[in-house]
Amino acid sequence: MSSGLVVAVVDYGAGNLVSIEQAVAATGGLARIVKRPDELDGADLLLVPGVGAAAPAMRRLERAGLAGAIVSWIERGKPFLGICLGLQLLFESSEEDGARTLGVIPGRTVRLEGAPTLPHIGWNQVELRREHPVFDGVEPGEDVYFVHSYAGVPVGAGADEWIVGETEHGVRFVSAVARDNVVGLQFHPERSGAVGLRVLANVLAWAGVRSALGAGASA
Amino acid sequence: MLRRRVIPCLDVADGRVVKGVRFVDLTDEGDPPPLAARYAAEGADELVFLDITASASIESRPTLLEVVRRTARETFIPLTVGGGVRSTTEMRDVLRAGADKVSINTAAVRDPGLIGRCARRFGSQAVVVAIDARRRTATVAETPAWEVVVRGGREPTDLDALEWATRVVELGAGELLVTSMDRDGTRAGFDTDLLRAIADRVPVPVIASGGAAGPDDFVTAVTVGRADAVLAASIFHRRQHSIAEVKRVMAAAGLPVRRTVGVAA
Repeated sequence: MSSGLVVAVVDYGAGNLVSIEQAVAATGGLARIVKRPDELDGADLLLVPGVGAAAPAMRRLERAGLAGAIVSWIERGKPFLGICLGLQLLFESSEEDGARTLGVIPGRTVRLEGAPTLPHIGWNQVELRREHPVFDGVEPGEDVYFVHSYAGVPVGAGADEWIVGETEHGVRFVSAVARDNVVGLQFHPERSGAVGLRVLANVLAWAGVRSALGAGASA
Repeated sequence: MLRRRVIPCLDVADGRVVKGVRFVDLTDEGDPPPLAARYAAEGADELVFLDITASASIESRPTLLEVVRRTARETFIPLTVGGGVRSTTEMRDVLRAGADKVSINTAAVRDPGLIGRCARRFGSQAVVVAIDARRRTATVAETPAWEVVVRGGREPTDLDALEWATRVVELGAGELLVTSMDRDGTRAGFDTDLLRAIADRVPVPVIASGGAAGPDDFVTAVTVGRADAVLAASIFHRRQHSIAEVKRVMAAAGLPVRRTVGVAA
């Protein structure tokens, strides 16, 4: 189980890092809390967690020089995982507070208008639109934990290439994206019990393979 | 489809799980993290720790935070901590220790601005406002009404519970934990009138609390009270009913509940 993979977990002042740290450790990774770009050196996977609002999160990332470092990391083809707000920040902008976000995925984060309750809090399912190694061993109907009011909407010609899974809460929204070296999950694997730990272990295995490929390619 | 949650609540005093009736006759029931892990393995969808340390003060915080830290290390389901949080700094400390949400009650009544400050800093999803409500007897024959009470029911506030519910959501609460003080500890079932009156008024999830005697009460809280989640303490602690049994009855009544997989029975 021990992958020994170094997971750089971005600390930008909000969010519950303890649960991420503990879940990474439980799946065999080594979590390293990072607050500055130079602390990313030598990491195998960059993980941006998060809850809360987009604008203050972007302000803190930019002030620390991390916004550019995240985009550069992704452009260099290195493994990236965004969770909840960490996924939403990958889109171009957020309706929540008009924030301009990282712009890795074409599209926008919008409020889940039409949902019977908001925030969407609790256990719900991800319906896979296509296979992805991150969901290996997760059976249809198994639940993961959500807590959010907004979700990203990929747009344009490449939208379908991004979408891995969708979830229904009065409205359907994109709950898992992946393309090349980037994975984004709207739910919280670190709070999703045994199913969540399996997803996280899958992410680490996927990142390990990609990280090794990347190292081989650049050698 | 979003599942209806079953949430065991652990009363914690001076870092130990305690059992008692209405905050008196407390008996020591052990260390919280192993009990939390057991509930998680049995299918609990979330956990609530309620710090009922008599003085619930600055001095008791390090003990509570250490318990939260140790729980987060081995239990990978959401944890809400209530009791004694009066500032964003105290909320930060509880979240940093490993809690996902903080429940505020008396402090929200004394200082409603606290709700907005916490929501802006940590997001609404991390702010649960607990509302303890008692039926106003004068209106029994008419439309029912409830008064908010604080300090474990010892202090009336004259606030109307339905108006307070609407207000705290406007201020930024992401979830409401609604306890009927008339039913709490009585095993007479949830006050579904209260739950429904609040659930009909607010967009955020409502957690029902106070009065559970058996699995059928969980069903009624959802179907009649329109609760999104149901919380109980004593029926689980005393092992009168298991979480699995409650969920079986809820599922048989057609309610969506989470299947628990990959854990010991």
